[in-house]
This record gives sequence, C-alpha cells and structure tokens, in this order.
Amino acid sequence: MATVAADHTTYEAAFDAAVAADERIEPRDWMPDAYRASLVRQMAQHAHSEIIGMQPEANWITRAPSLRRKAILMAKVQDEAGHGLYLYSAAETLGTGREELLDKLHSGRQKYSSIFNYPTLTWADVGAIGWLVDGAAITNQVPLCRCSYGPYARAMVRICKEESFHQRQGYELLLALSKGTPAQHAMAQDAVDRWWWPSLMMFGPPDDESAHSEQSMAWKIKRHSNDELRQRFVDICVPQAEALGLTLPDPDLKWNEERGQHDFGAIDWTEFWDVLKGNGPCNEQRISQRRRAHEEGAWVREAAAAYAAKHAQKHGLKHGEATA
Amino acid sequence: MTITTNAAALALGDDALVLSHRLGEWAGHAPVLEEEVALANIALDLLGQARVLLSLVGDEDELAYLREERAFRNLQLVEQPNGDFAHTVARQLYFSTYQHLLYGQLAAGGGAFAPLAAKAVKEVEYHRDHAEQWTLRLGDGTAESRERMQRGLDALWRFTGEMFQPVEGVDVDTRALEDGWLESVTSVLERAALAVSDGPRTGAWAAGAGRQGLHTEPFGRMVAEMQHLHRSHPGATW
Repeated sequence: MATVAADHTTYEAAFDAAVAADERIEPRDWMPDAYRASLVRQMAQHAHSEIIGMQPEANWITRAPSLRRKAILMAKVQDEAGHGLYLYSAAETLGTGREELLDKLHSGRQKYSSIFNYPTLTWADVGAIGWLVDGAAITNQVPLCRCSYGPYARAMVRICKEESFHQRQGYELLLALSKGTPAQHAMAQDAVDRWWWPSLMMFGPPDDESAHSEQSMAWKIKRHSNDELRQRFVDICVPQAEALGLTLPDPDLKWNEERGQHDFGAIDWTEFWDVLKGNGPCNEQRISQRRRAHEEGAWVREAAAAYAAKHAQKHGLKHGEATA
Repeated sequence: MTITTNAAALALGDDALVLSHRLGEWAGHAPVLEEEVALANIALDLLGQARVLLSLVGDEDELAYLREERAFRNLQLVEQPNGDFAHTVARQLYFSTYQHLLYGQLAAGGGAFAPLAAKAVKEVEYHRDHAEQWTLRLGDGTAESRERMQRGLDALWRFTGEMFQPVEGVDVDTRALEDGWLESVTSVLERAALAVSDGPRTGAWAAGAGRQGLHTEPFGRMVAEMQHLHRSHPGATW
C-alpha cells in the first residue's frame, strides 16, 4: 500500500510538472480523477452544444431565401454534426462512451450551452447566430487550442478553423440584410437585439460565481476567466456592429478611455440561471427533439448492429469482434 | 446521349433541387450523428447539381423560388415525404441508381453537358453506395428493420416508372437505362433478402406526370415552405 501511495505522489508531481511546463497530457498519462471528471464534463457539454446547436439553424434550412444561402447553411449544420463527432471521440479518450454521454444529455444530467434555448424567429437569426454566437464560441475556444489535455486541444484546432469560417459567413449574411431593403435591415436589427445579451451569457457566470473556473485555470484547461473573455468579445463586436450599420441593444455601452475597453450594461443573471435550469424559451423543445430523434432511430442502430454481428460471424469472427 | 434543351436541364435540375430539400428536412432528426453528416452531404451534392443545371436555364433563384408548383418538372419520386429512415433509404436507392446510370450515359455521350455529368457521376456513385449499404443493413438487420425497408420499397415502387419516360432534350437510351436500373436494384435487394415489389409503376397520375408538372399533394406544401421567405421580399437580394 505504501508503494501505491508513493507512486501516487510521484505521478501527481509528474502531472503537475507537465502542466506547469505547458506540456500536453495524453490519454495514457496518469491524471487526477478530478481533472479527468472535469474534462469529461466540459467536453461532453461542448459536444452536446454542437448537436443541440444544429436545431435552431436547421429550423431555417427549408426556408433559406436563396440557393447559395441554403447551401451555406446546410454545410454549416453538417459541420456542427462533425464537430460533435470530434468532441465525443475526444471525450472517449478519457474512458467514457458516446452512448453514455448521449444518455446523460437526454436525461438532463449533462448540459449544453444555454444559448441554444433561444428560438430562431426570422432568417436574420441565422446571421446573428453566425456573427454573435459563433463569435462568442470562437473567443471561448481559441484559448482551448492550448488546453493542457492533448486530444481536446487538437480537436479545438480543427473546430476553430471551421467556426471562424461560419462566423464570417454569418457576418456577411447580416451585412447583406443590413444593406438590403428597409424590411431586411429591420429584420437584421431585430435579430441582433434578441441575440446580443444571450451571446454575452455564453461566457458563463461572473468570475465570483463560477464554480469550476479557478480549478480549470490551475489545470490549464481554461486560460482566461469568463469576465475576461466576455470583455474581449464586447471589444471585438462594437466596431463590427458599426461596420454592419447595426446597433447593439445596450444604452450603457461606451468606450472607457481609462481602461482602454468598453463599459457595458448589467447582464440579467436571473434570466441566465432560469434558462440554465431548463426554463428558457426552447429548453423543452430542444431536448424533446433530440430524444425523439434518438428513440425513433433506435431500430436503425439495432439493425446496423445486428447486420454487423451477422456479417462478422460469416467471416469467422466471434460476436463482439465485429466492431473491434 | 447529350442534353440539349432548357426542358432537359430543368427536369434534371428540379430532381436534384427537390430531393436536396427533402434530405435537408432530416437535419437534426437523423438516427445517428454519422447520418446527420451523410444525409447533409448528399443534400449538398444534389443542391450543387441543381444550381449548375438551373443556371443553364436562367437565374437559379428565380427558377427555384418563383415558379408555381405546376411549373416544376421533377419526378414525383423525389418529392415524396421522407417517412421513416427506411422510406428515405428506399427513395435514395431508387433515385441514386437511376441518376448514376443516367449521368454515366450523359458523361460518356460528349456534348456540352458531359463535363457536368462526369463531375456529378462521382458524387452520385457515393450516394448510390450509401443507399445500397443501408438497404443491406436494414434488409438483413432485424425483423423490424426488414419489414420497414420492404414497406418503403413497396410504397415508392409505383413512382419508379416515371424515370424511364423520355425527357425532351435528354438523349439517352431509356431502354438500357431501365434494364440497367432493374438489374442493379434487383441485385441489391437479393443480397439484402428483400423482394422486388410488384404492381404498376405508373405514379399518382401516369408515368411521366411529374415531368409535365403534375405532382402529388405533399409537394405543394413543400414548395410553399421553400418559397415563402423569398416571395415575401420581392426584388430583395440575400
């Protein structure tokens, strides 16, 4: 037993040294249980957000107003499914399974980003999601490319490339609307008015109320605090909104010469916690659709498994080796 | 073996446009994530084909968004609602096998359309393979999947005759097309232990109806959804 304890201390010291030296932790390396659990939670939530996040945009695929926009939107929703796949695979390197994670999503034991509980009411929402929601996601995710856990960091490098492409497309969509007819301009402004505050909430609770932040930063999973990233995002968005010819719905938003940053108004944290608890406009709808797709697809997955098993047997393999 | 008229480009373009739209309805509803990717991928390929073909005729958006239901020239097969996954796979098997053989002939035939067909045939080969693999899995999977697959094949069978009616400006050997199609579909169904459906193959009106702008009822609702935003803002650019 004494040897185990000694080994544990040695392992922990090696882990701490690796993190301190900005080395990557890999799946076969020793890691603290809490580090593993924290990563599984964050990566699963990230993967779930990609999957649930398909819904508000897919809502407009069949109504996209031009064939070019329709193709762009379809490609984007397809990318999101792909991002979900990368992230589930990355999470699986920590000893969990996609099925288990999906089960936790469907039963409400794991969360997804609260932003996707808002409805897409007009075509301009597709642009606002691209510009603001993907923009906020990128601000959050670029530092994750340097995250201490190797598989997560590598997934983020691939994902961020595609996300920044989506963000530019969303911006360009809004620009076309803003410079279009008065009705199109009004549609764009209305969408920005509705998505601005929820986008700021994507950075999570304020630093003094963020349960996981301190530990995640110590482990170099996170590199910056929620408030720091939120500020960075606001500073990026203000000139972009100006270039778009659209306003941001915050009377307190103004440049602070002293800080060299923008001051902005108070976030409605009651709404944030409400949405997080499941009481947002679309929580019920989003999770129901996901569950329904999964349940209605059960017979398809069973068929694929049965077919794979039969054909593995035909080739002289035992059941279970089929997917190995 | 060439494509020479607007009518031809419109017919083939409408097939791709309408089926792409139907597949787009699957987004967020597929049985597994891999199928979210695959179905969207096929929908995107088809949309790309539609855009090329419609652009040969005129403005792609005017054609897609401002024609009435009666002016669409697509096959009734591609406008059929998705149904369950097996129903969608059956529609994909019937149509992608047809499109693969058709584009194969067009690519080999030379003429202005040959390069387009040659590009499309590579995509369609992948679509056909995807449909075939799923037909095998569902046919030879569980009792339930087998039953559903057979039901999908049977329900769509009557729409398959239309594919072999001559289309103005599409100079292909329709006899060879039909023989090749039957042979290919029969071979897949045999391997999947599924039955080739029997009964007439004359569609809801008569074989060739979709090409004449005679469609089935669900199509009007699909077109309404597809066009409503574009039509609500006349003259706007997006």
